[in-house]
Amino acid sequence: MKKSRIYLGLSLVAISGLLLIAADHADAPAVTGNGNDITDVYAFQGENTSNMVFVVNTQGLLSPSATGSATFKENVMTEINIDNNGDNIEDLVIQAIKRGSKMYFFGPTAPGTPGTSSTVKTSAAAGSVEISKYGKTPNIVTSNGMKFFAGPRDDPFFFDLNQYKAILAGTAGGFNNPGTDTFAGTNVLATIIEVPKTMLGSSSTINVWAETKQKQ
Amino acid sequence: MKTNRTKFLAIAILTTAVLVSCNNDDDVVVTPVIPATDFSGTYVQKDQMARPAINTVFIASGTPKDNFNMTTPSTMGATYQSVFQSRLLALNPGYTTNALGQTAAQFTGLLATDVLGVAKSGTTTFFDGVNVLTGRALADDVIDTELLLIFGGPTGGSNPGLTSDNVDANDKAFSTSFPYLASAW
Repeated sequence: MKKSRIYLGLSLVAISGLLLIAADHADAPAVTGNGNDITDVYAFQGENTSNMVFVVNTQGLLSPSATGSATFKENVMTEINIDNNGDNIEDLVIQAIKRGSKMYFFGPTAPGTPGTSSTVKTSAAAGSVEISKYGKTPNIVTSNGMKFFAGPRDDPFFFDLNQYKAILAGTAGGFNNPGTDTFAGTNVLATIIEVPKTMLGSSSTINVWAETKQKQ
Repeated sequence: MKTNRTKFLAIAILTTAVLVSCNNDDDVVVTPVIPATDFSGTYVQKDQMARPAINTVFIASGTPKDNFNMTTPSTMGATYQSVFQSRLLALNPGYTTNALGQTAAQFTGLLATDVLGVAKSGTTTFFDGVNVLTGRALADDVIDTELLLIFGGPTGGSNPGLTSDNVDANDKAFSTSFPYLASAW
């Protein structure tokens, strides 16, 4: 009884057009195909435990043959937002934007005006790195105590998305064991920043989120 | 005096020659002013993301998803908690509480504000059996955590076929050193 109710619920969701695509891969019409689509965000303690690492991945599900020609866009800024006081309003931002063959980084610095509209915080330039090329040794720059990388990497996300879709569609009753990683063998464009924790304010915890912002 | 005047004259002639020379070159080689990299302009939010899979699971595709992506987190809770709760109860009509003891309203109240809580000291993980929502590490099985909270009920034991996708790790090993992510396929 309980299970049939669940399947009924799932079927209704499927019928209502809720297409689940996880983590956030292939996200929404306004971000499709223009470099804005964030697939995943990671925040974790670095190898040097005094540092925090931020990863923002975009342009998911790149096949190996499509990866070499995938590019960051000059009109799309990636912004890591950091809230120090629990009000979910950013107190600090770290920005990354491509110019020419390089990714330029700014911050961590106060955003000026928080919210959905931003300018590049050029007064807080942190460094730049040559964007790594597909199949080549990664370019890593250390500047102002921070480390920077931008370029293609394996998508670190793993999920049996296809089986989940089958469950929602009512054609499967549960997951398989073992499951199949839908994201196996696919790549993303990664922007990776390692920052001394001392540059992230004095709070014991932070709230973090990533945004892509497009030039108007 | 006379020597100085001669010098000045010489300098004047030289200067003129240099200026003329520069002027003649204008058509060919412009004075090498290196333009500063242009970062001007206003950039407006197109996508937003923190916790994995959350907005895709709880927001319908198309325009609703675009709208959520263009919302700043501080205003998400008020707008989206009820939307998330409806979706949660559609996914799992039998939902009572989850393994964190959260009611549907509490759980979706947490999720609707899409930010990732990160500890500044100690373990950073989405869930590792001990720590909850202290960050997101590359190897975290975030999908199983979310499936468990959505379908697993108060003990985590409900709906066993739906609480794990049985994909427990990435298809390439991560590095312990920067840039941490594996090389591209």
